[in-house]
Amino acid sequence: MGYSNASGDLSSEMEVDAFRRLFPLRFYERHLAELIRPDGRALGKARDTTIALGAVASADGSALAKIGLTTMLAAIKMEVMTPLKESPDEGCIVIEFHMPPICSPLVRPGRPAEAAPVVSKQLSDTILRHVKHFSVRSFSGMIDLKDLSLVSGKAAWMAYLDIYCLDADGSLFDVALLSAVAAFSHLQIPVVSMNDEGKLIVVSEENGEKDVVNKEKRKLRLNRIPFSLTCILHKKYILADPTAEEESIFETVVTVVLDTSDQLVSLYKPGGPALAFTSSVQDCIALTKQRLKELQTILDESISGMEVD
Amino acid sequence: MEIDRIDGRTPNQLRPLACSRSVLNRAHGSASWSQGDTKVLAAVYGPKAGIKKNENPEKACIEVIWKPKTGQSGKSEREYEMILKRTLQSICILTVNPNTTTTVIIQVVNDDGAVSFKGYGFHLLPCSINAACAALVDAGIPLKHLAVAICCGLAESGYVILDPTKLEEQKMKAFAYLVFPNSVLSVLPEGSSKVVGEPTESGIITSVTQGAMAVDDYFHCLERGRAANEKMSAFLRRSLQPQLPG
Repeated sequence: MGYSNASGDLSSEMEVDAFRRLFPLRFYERHLAELIRPDGRALGKARDTTIALGAVASADGSALAKIGLTTMLAAIKMEVMTPLKESPDEGCIVIEFHMPPICSPLVRPGRPAEAAPVVSKQLSDTILRHVKHFSVRSFSGMIDLKDLSLVSGKAAWMAYLDIYCLDADGSLFDVALLSAVAAFSHLQIPVVSMNDEGKLIVVSEENGEKDVVNKEKRKLRLNRIPFSLTCILHKKYILADPTAEEESIFETVVTVVLDTSDQLVSLYKPGGPALAFTSSVQDCIALTKQRLKELQTILDESISGMEVD
Repeated sequence: MEIDRIDGRTPNQLRPLACSRSVLNRAHGSASWSQGDTKVLAAVYGPKAGIKKNENPEKACIEVIWKPKTGQSGKSEREYEMILKRTLQSICILTVNPNTTTTVIIQVVNDDGAVSFKGYGFHLLPCSINAACAALVDAGIPLKHLAVAICCGLAESGYVILDPTKLEEQKMKAFAYLVFPNSVLSVLPEGSSKVVGEPTESGIITSVTQGAMAVDDYFHCLERGRAANEKMSAFLRRSLQPQLPG
């Protein structure tokens, strides 16, 4: 096969490309046997990751996150709302994940992408942590909704988080979560003041109004930040951070979400031909722990980079 | 640390299971599955000629439609459909009927609910996976093995209970919804389907979790889920057998 002597001439180059298209699984398996992936990565290595904070000037908080070619733009808009009767001192976060046709050939205009509502739901589950306790409403998520309260029972923040997928090249949830976390850490809560009718209005910073309601609370407190890693299971191999091509060939993905206090937030494996055994689950969790440290450093660097400016 | 369960069950005890097959006249296969007060009806139509969207010349396609008890289906239903579809795809032998579509319709009949929170929670997932699996058998769709789905609830103290009711769910801090292949009766030849010394039935087909837990607690849930697998498999086998020909 032209694959093994791909040392130079054009004809063998062509053959490799044809082999890749015709027998993708075998093409990958021959790479995996050498413990390398076609893009030159080791099996457990994630792609290059960058975060750019403040990518959207008109939003209150925004970030552009990139892992490999997968690109997501997250932006947060804050609005004052009247809190719900059952939770008078809590704000609200609405998360929406968009996959416009620009992101992938699989998405057609007019027909919503299949993956979009699923990622959107997973994101809200991870960020808002929908577990209500009967007795104690103890809180274990990233954002305490009480921090979004302005005046108990009267006014609270409603945060609209919109994430746009610009390029979908695998591991969508990982990048979406990273961009969401980055946007929240970039978030500057606008200043509001009470007007004569007792309504809260957003004021611009220049004309220093007298009764500013939230002078100190300009930054949102983030505790226990979640980070995730998607892995592919195939035979005895575990491939971290798959590209779209890898995801379509191997089909079995496991997404592990850990937070900064080493709690398991989610272990998500929706079916797939390969079964996950205890040992591979342990390996995936170990890979995610490593990745969490990497991502945390990248996030911290981009935040401190912002502060210098 | 023990927890007294409201209905007097032991921590590993499941709610009473009931399964009846061929409950619908027009469907190619159907089953109703209930666990305690939760009841789900599943119908299978197919294999029928592939519709353009799902066409695949090499493999059969499975389509899942989830109908909630009331109201319209939203994001959560989309997610259930996706999880169910991928789970069922992994137990079906897809190469037997290439270029066909099999539609599985899940109708929630009763959602064990004292209090009903709409819009989140996966508590219906195990029940509907079991129902879908029985309906696929009823329709005669070729399967590799059955899937057994179970819910584990984790209390604040790290105590695990199986198959919690909705009332119990509110006292839990986290959940793991696990799907395993059914445990087999026959003795398989050495090394045939074993991976690093673990039997096939301990492999996870699907795992969905809710709420934060320690990593060790997750493995604890896995263990307990596996232990329940044998009981559930026996029940499935019992309820599917009498209607088999011969």
